[in-house]
Amino acid sequence: MANLNVNGKTFDVDVEPDTPLLWAIRENVGLTGTKYGCGIAQCGACTVHVDGVAMRSCGVLVSEAVGKKITTIEGLAVNGVLHKVQQAWVANDVPQCGYCQSGMIMAVAALLKDNPKPTDQDIDDTITNICRCGTFKQVREAIHAASDV
Amino acid sequence: MNQMPTLSRRSFVIGTAAVGSGLALGLDIPFGGPTVVRAADGSPEINAWVVIQPDDTVVIRIARSEMGQGTLTGLAQLVAEELECDWSKVTTEYPTPGQSVARKRAWGDFSTGGSRGIRTSNEYVRKGGATARVMLIQAAANEWKVPASECTAANSIITHTPSGRTTTYGKVAEAAAKIEPPADVKLKDPKDWKIAGKGLKRLDTVDKTTGKMTYGIDIKLPGMLNAAIKACPVFGGKLKSYDEAKVTGMKGVKKVVPVGDYAVAVVADTWWHAKTALEKLPIVWDEGPNAKVSSASIAKWLEEGFDDSQPAFVGNENGDAKAAIAKAVKKVEAVYNYPYQNHAPMEPMNATALYTENKCEVWCGTQNGEAAFAATLEASGLPADKCDVYKQMLGGGFGRRGQTDYVRQVIAIAKQMPGTPIKLLWSREEDMQHGAYHPITQVKMTGAFDADNNLTALRMRISGQSILFSLRPEALVNGKDPATFAGLNPTGEAAIGYSVPNLLIDHSMRNPHVPPGFWRGVNVNQNAIYLECFMDELANAAGQDPLEFRRKLMTKNPKHLAVLNAVAEKIGWGTPAPKGVFRGIAQHMGYGSYVAGAAEISVTDGNKIKVHRIVAATDPGYAVNPAQIERQIAGSFVYGLSGLFYGGCTVKDGRIEQSNFDNYNSMRIAEMPKVESIVMPSGGFWGGVGEPTICVAGPAVLNAYFAATGKRLRSVPLRDQNITFA
Repeated sequence: MANLNVNGKTFDVDVEPDTPLLWAIRENVGLTGTKYGCGIAQCGACTVHVDGVAMRSCGVLVSEAVGKKITTIEGLAVNGVLHKVQQAWVANDVPQCGYCQSGMIMAVAALLKDNPKPTDQDIDDTITNICRCGTFKQVREAIHAASDV
Repeated sequence: MNQMPTLSRRSFVIGTAAVGSGLALGLDIPFGGPTVVRAADGSPEINAWVVIQPDDTVVIRIARSEMGQGTLTGLAQLVAEELECDWSKVTTEYPTPGQSVARKRAWGDFSTGGSRGIRTSNEYVRKGGATARVMLIQAAANEWKVPASECTAANSIITHTPSGRTTTYGKVAEAAAKIEPPADVKLKDPKDWKIAGKGLKRLDTVDKTTGKMTYGIDIKLPGMLNAAIKACPVFGGKLKSYDEAKVTGMKGVKKVVPVGDYAVAVVADTWWHAKTALEKLPIVWDEGPNAKVSSASIAKWLEEGFDDSQPAFVGNENGDAKAAIAKAVKKVEAVYNYPYQNHAPMEPMNATALYTENKCEVWCGTQNGEAAFAATLEASGLPADKCDVYKQMLGGGFGRRGQTDYVRQVIAIAKQMPGTPIKLLWSREEDMQHGAYHPITQVKMTGAFDADNNLTALRMRISGQSILFSLRPEALVNGKDPATFAGLNPTGEAAIGYSVPNLLIDHSMRNPHVPPGFWRGVNVNQNAIYLECFMDELANAAGQDPLEFRRKLMTKNPKHLAVLNAVAEKIGWGTPAPKGVFRGIAQHMGYGSYVAGAAEISVTDGNKIKVHRIVAATDPGYAVNPAQIERQIAGSFVYGLSGLFYGGCTVKDGRIEQSNFDNYNSMRIAEMPKVESIVMPSGGFWGGVGEPTICVAGPAVLNAYFAATGKRLRSVPLRDQNITFA
């Protein structure tokens, strides 16, 4: 049994402490916007915020997340208003299949919090998520658009 | 070694036969009629393609699958264009393959591959929209007791021109649904398009930014259990035994079940529990006769195919290439190779099934709803009216989800637990090692020149794997796989762009045991590298500019030449490149579209490549959504360049060695070149968009690498030659 704070709500989840946070979020909390892509912290599809820091939730154990504030893609919008990164994603028509985009958006939201006007080099250094559809051109444009807001 | 996994071939035959009673009826696309068919919410169908709700919402039915390529939006644009409806009120829905079979295949082909989504269905979906428009106008005219010819429709509003009276589609939909449809309708000239042909935004974006979009992996059903699976790592091997007792007490584990004769699955409350138990499950495999096969043994077998004495299927021939080569003043030879590649869509394979004795339902992402439906009938043993498949958004397809192995597997599991919904999810490792791989080939290229440096002959002996031999043997032509010659054919939708006086392109077919599949771009990927890099070698041997050398051979192929010229002009070919930057160029044809690319790269330390810029041009005949075409071009380069740099799957002990993205890498944003697209539809034909451009990025970059270093790279992936992105 573990107590997780996800998107401002508390969930008692019946999982072993060494369960990856990704699977506790998807299967126990029941929020499926966070995606499984590799399970080895390579692809970034499972990126969430843990105390405001972008982390690959497949590589975070539930025991490490207890007592911390976890934000998933479902918790990014506030009072029904999309986060500026989500708005930029819609305005720039970024997603193709969309599967990696939850993680991409979470990674970018964390980047912009720390660095409101990232350069292309900052983006290259920070955003390392895999997108097999290849939306990188629109991702870059949308990051710059969101950083101008 | 020349052995096929018997499962896939047998399954294909049975699958086709099982569904034949439904699908063999052929295309009988109804455009409405006196009996009103109702959508789930009770709204009337005007015809199979169009439902109009009382509030004027237009529901457009889409039979093809959306996997990121934008077909859902493009097809809706085509229907809406002819329907003359308000685009802001358009939503879409998928009919199920079960509904389609029950209605004599009302929505035609569901298959979404080969860049066919729009090009092979545009005419009948446009007719669906046009027919509905005529019926809606007629319904308004009937109500007003005026001739329909005095009424027009635009933006979902019908106007009686003489009186100025108006009504909306929502108000007359019920009456329109009862009207006998017109026998024929005239389609608009694309020049008059207002919705189609425009770079409209996708219809499915918002849910993809909020986590709300449901992919197959996200399905939740009451009482559902989760399954993790492991198939024999050696293709064609069998499951011998497993020790269930070792995992039965583990948390959440419900059951361990065999899947066919080649795999085993653990079913548990959560997938994490299922996977954890599966890793602890002792399994004994009968690895079968392929357990010693390696990349080296496959390569040696393919090399033997270069021998002229080996039988080969001829794909394109004119003149007498062998004689011309024998008489050559100068001869150029080169051997290239292209590896196995996994599709690696971001969402690993998965499907959910609920089986009872009377019904079998499947929820999954699939590129071919009808193939998944056929697999459901066969695997469940139930008739068509007791089965259905509910398509979900695909987390990438790229050809992999045209296959139905994961559907058959989940039904095999669900049949052992009737009444319990089962979600089967492959781990990334399972996905990497049980793919449907880009086929492996090698090629021996030979070019011959006369004393004046004219190219007198081109010989291309391909040796390697056929996809159709394994997946669609009925499509072989006297044993030949015509798809092998994509972009090399004398004519047709994948024709060679060059005229050479003596030409011979043939294929020594060798089918290793590794199962092949259609991988975005399919055979144009390697054929474009083989032909376009070798064209560069020939130009160099003749002491000529690569562009000018090609142009001389392309005078009879003006559409090929037009896209090549377009990229040459935009990249500034013939003008100095920035310092340290080198250029390469390539063109090809596939899926009915003409494509070309020009790359600018720089090279550091001989092995670090920075791709600065790629200019791409495509002539797809008609451009239904230019903004989405640009996204497909840029995206295809990410997929293609990931394959070129990183994407090789190697074989050891009969199995694939790569297991995840740590040893099968994919491009990141830092490696992404600037992509400039030229969409230049010339009209008169319908070409594909999702795949064709993928094949020009590779040879353009490789040719630029030669320009930069004087070295030829003839083997994919570059990873194995210690060459990386800068």
